Amino acid sequence: MTFKPLLSSITKKLIMAITGACFVLFLAFHGTMNFVSILSPDAYDGICNFLGANWYAVVATLGLAGLAGLHILFGVILSLENFIARGFVRYRKTERPKGVEWSSRNMLVLGVLILLGLALHLFDFWYKMQFAELVGREPINGIEQIQFLFSHNYFSICYLAWFVVLWLHLSHGVWSMLQSVGWNSEHWKKAWQVIGYVVATLIVLLFVSVVIYYWLINPFKC
Amino acid sequence: MNFTLKIWRQANRTAKGHFVDYNVSDISPDASFLEMLDILNEQLVLKGEEPVYFDHDCREGICGACSLFINGRPHGKGEGTTTCQLYMRKFKDGETITVEPFRSRAFPVIKDLTVDRSAFDKIIQAGGYVSCHTGGVPDGNAIPVPKADADRAMDAAACIGCGACVAACKNSSAMLFVAAKVSQFALLPQGKVESARRAQAMVAKMDELGFGNCSNTYACQAVCPKHISVSNIARLNREFLCGKIVSPLRKEQ
Amino acid sequence: MDEKLQSRIPEGPLAEKWTNYKASQKLVNPANKRKLDIIVVGTGLAGASAAASLGELGFNVKIFCIQDSPRRAHSIAAQGGINAAKNYPNDGDSIQRLFVDTIKGGDYRAREANVYRLAEVSNNIIDQCVAQGVPFARDYAGMLANRSFGGAQVSRTFYAKGQTGQQLLLGAYGALSKEVNKGTVKLYTRREMLDLVIVDGRARGVIVRNLETGDIERYSAHAVVLATGGYGNVFFLSTNAMASNGSAAWRCYKRGAYFANPCYTQIHPTCIPVHGDYQSKLTLMSESLRNDGRIWVPKKKEDVEKIRKGELRPIDIPEEDRDYYLERRYPSFGNLVPRDVASRAAKERCDAGFGVNKTGLAVYLDFSEAINRLGKNVVKARYGNLFDMYEEIVNENPYETPMMIFPAVHYTMGGLWVDYELQSTVKGLFVAGEANFSDHGANRLGASALMQGLSDGYFVLPYTLQNYLADQIQTPRISIESAEFEQAEQNVRAQIEKLLNVKGTETVDSFHRRLGKIMWEYVGMAREKAGLEKAIKLISDLRKEFWKNVKVSGSAIGMNSELEKALRVADFLEMGELIARDALQREESCGGHFRIEHQTAEGEAQRDDQNFNFVAAYEYKGSESIPELHKEQLEFEFVEVKQRNYK
Repeated sequence: MTFKPLLSSITKKLIMAITGACFVLFLAFHGTMNFVSILSPDAYDGICNFLGANWYAVVATLGLAGLAGLHILFGVILSLENFIARGFVRYRKTERPKGVEWSSRNMLVLGVLILLGLALHLFDFWYKMQFAELVGREPINGIEQIQFLFSHNYFSICYLAWFVVLWLHLSHGVWSMLQSVGWNSEHWKKAWQVIGYVVATLIVLLFVSVVIYYWLINPFKC
Repeated sequence: MNFTLKIWRQANRTAKGHFVDYNVSDISPDASFLEMLDILNEQLVLKGEEPVYFDHDCREGICGACSLFINGRPHGKGEGTTTCQLYMRKFKDGETITVEPFRSRAFPVIKDLTVDRSAFDKIIQAGGYVSCHTGGVPDGNAIPVPKADADRAMDAAACIGCGACVAACKNSSAMLFVAAKVSQFALLPQGKVESARRAQAMVAKMDELGFGNCSNTYACQAVCPKHISVSNIARLNREFLCGKIVSPLRKEQ
Repeated sequence: MDEKLQSRIPEGPLAEKWTNYKASQKLVNPANKRKLDIIVVGTGLAGASAAASLGELGFNVKIFCIQDSPRRAHSIAAQGGINAAKNYPNDGDSIQRLFVDTIKGGDYRAREANVYRLAEVSNNIIDQCVAQGVPFARDYAGMLANRSFGGAQVSRTFYAKGQTGQQLLLGAYGALSKEVNKGTVKLYTRREMLDLVIVDGRARGVIVRNLETGDIERYSAHAVVLATGGYGNVFFLSTNAMASNGSAAWRCYKRGAYFANPCYTQIHPTCIPVHGDYQSKLTLMSESLRNDGRIWVPKKKEDVEKIRKGELRPIDIPEEDRDYYLERRYPSFGNLVPRDVASRAAKERCDAGFGVNKTGLAVYLDFSEAINRLGKNVVKARYGNLFDMYEEIVNENPYETPMMIFPAVHYTMGGLWVDYELQSTVKGLFVAGEANFSDHGANRLGASALMQGLSDGYFVLPYTLQNYLADQIQTPRISIESAEFEQAEQNVRAQIEKLLNVKGTETVDSFHRRLGKIMWEYVGMAREKAGLEKAIKLISDLRKEFWKNVKVSGSAIGMNSELEKALRVADFLEMGELIARDALQREESCGGHFRIEHQTAEGEAQRDDQNFNFVAAYEYKGSESIPELHKEQLEFEFVEVKQRNYK
């Protein structure tokens, strides 16, 4: 049984890598922006207002949504193909060999969890901010929403759990995309992996610090 | 030493398979895994039962014929070894050992533990060679090859085509196998000439035969009996993607 | 000279024979090549390279192998290297010198013209393999590296780590795959040749068993090339692969091809010793180990006893109590004497009671001196993979304690008789590689097997086969419906039926093991009249017992490993007897054949050039009769025949 796929496996992986890279860049921007809220809540508000529902922010959002869609679509296609490739009789016993990360084998699961978290997050923020503005409702204030949400334990814990999942996804994803586009080499193999971990950790720390800050040491506690 | 074996038995390509338990006793710790199976088979034959069919040949770890999935790992535990070089002293006395065939849609089971790996031959046939013909070639020393490149080409060329990479990969991807061959030739001036074309042809064939996609788990490298590195996969990606961009340009010229 | 044994050596001076042949041979034009079919059996170096080259020329080739892939052929296990007379190191090598060394190494029992041609094309092989992308070892200038091998005085061996055979085979496999892709070669895997079909006196096809389905299949062609390797597995324990067998050649012998020099078997000195009765095969370690390792046994019997009991460790034996017997007996070559000499010397020490493991069948190969001299890292760089392999198998660390080694059957110089064109006594049946007898005489030099296999396949057969096929262009495609095919198929079916119906009580492996013990005991490294006569009797009895009492489980349909083995062992049981007969007939010691009655006062092999300067070629005369011996007299016009001396 053979079939000719439209795109080669490597091309599909390239798409995953490029869209993944955009995701990482976006997260870096988003994280930095969030972190500003610790340094200066006013500046953070300024950024929120600057973005708002202005055309460039909407275009960027649509672009991001498109890239995310591609990433998800190809992630699902690849996973499906991979599942079928094993055949329908599976191993009875398998062992994870040394040097193989747990996350690398569970990117789909991690992706789905991220997506679920994202739904919550979009509802909490984007729906009430940019989307509200677009449909003509009064958008809520970003910093107040942050303060409100993270003063609740369950929201904070949910978000922190979500960030752990995100870290796992990124810890594999960042260096993995370098491998997929062919930038890896024997010499750089270890280095890229370390750089990948560092990038993933830095990004996630930006997000985590905001939650911790507003949850545990919230100076504006009401 | 005594062992309980859980072995996959399947009469032929279309039959439904199942696990059967066997006990073997008084096995020397110096016996190889395949010699242990020989002993089991001799007992089965004497009892009038059908012996367990498995691929094997050189029993020196180089022909790539042996292929068992032992206790959840291709070629069993032990780094850089094939099943034929796995010795029973690596197991605990009284241990239960699960023996399965390599599982991949591209490697259908033929009988018991024997699988059809002709897909690998088909990938090589698609382009895994330098297209020179016999005779009419320059002197061996006419084109110098940097030692480092020759050594790296050799490391990639050490692949024995056993299929452990496919068996271990959760996606059943053959990327390490393809990458090893593409790398070997991409690193040598003799093979570089048609490197882009080779990568395209071999990857297309690999996809067509139903192997999965690489998701960079590096399980292949971890189980490879010849320690083929995943950096070869990066090189394959590079050769492939550059080829995708460069070869249409070349055609236009 | 026997009328059938025409060697057909071209006229002219030695160095011009092959050139002259090529210049005057007949050719087939491209349009006709497409109409001609060639069957190649075996996908090792010789088979794969022949099929690829013939496919490139435009012939229709069908190639068969018993494994699941052509890349598994046992050529893949050759470690050391491949010789060529390139003289890159500027150390005085030349075609002439490689030729003389090969003739001398073969103890003057090979045909001069064949060997010269081998030396001549050796250089083309290296060029060809480099062009194919074989990653030979190189120096920092990017030039090909060479090493000295097996005691050669020049460094003429090219290598790819310790996996030269693998890399050369994969090169040939690549070339073969290229032709399969083009459609000139059709590949048939998991097929075992069980008979040769002869139509009107010419080889016209084969009968094979499909090892997956059990089907008996017929294939026809204008010529058949046999490249099925050697028959070393007659000895049960050998360094050959499990599936290596002599059946294809044996079936050809029974169809009229003469079998030459069956008694010439090579025993390799550096194998890992036998450890138990369940053992399935022996593992070879590269001969290159002898470049730096020193071979010894204890001088004192009491030390031997203590070692066997585990009371004494080899490293505790002081220098003066060690017997470096090769250095003692052969001061100038020392540990680098040819394989047969090294093997016999080991056996001599073990027979005298100095063997160092529990079975008493092992000697030490010691690297402590090399480690002191070169440092552990250099030794590791040179032999690391071999040391690792040894440790894996034996569970001892060779950096700390000496390795144990013992000789084992490794290669068979004998094989089907062929003329200069590699054609057997059956017209249209060509034989290449280890399966023929042609180039190594009574003993093969290290790193020469790869050279011969590729020489036959890449550079000899494409010419000589064409010369044969030029007369066949009028012959239409051969039908597989003829009475000859029918008869051959029935023959095969009957044999399978017979085996399955014995329904005895002893397994095939058990018979094979028993045969191996007889062979090793009486037809092994040192042979004598009484032992050989006994062996002939024992083998003949064992064969009778086999056909009365063998138990082959399963049926003829589908995969049946027991049936496969039974068919091969049935042939081994006949082959073993022929080997013993030939050894008995050859009242001299030469190369791999050592007769205890024929040795010098110092225990060295003694040839008898007066009476045994011939190739012994056997003609099959039916299962009940003794095969007829034909002699091809060897003439040495260009080299001086000397007694080998490695002192």
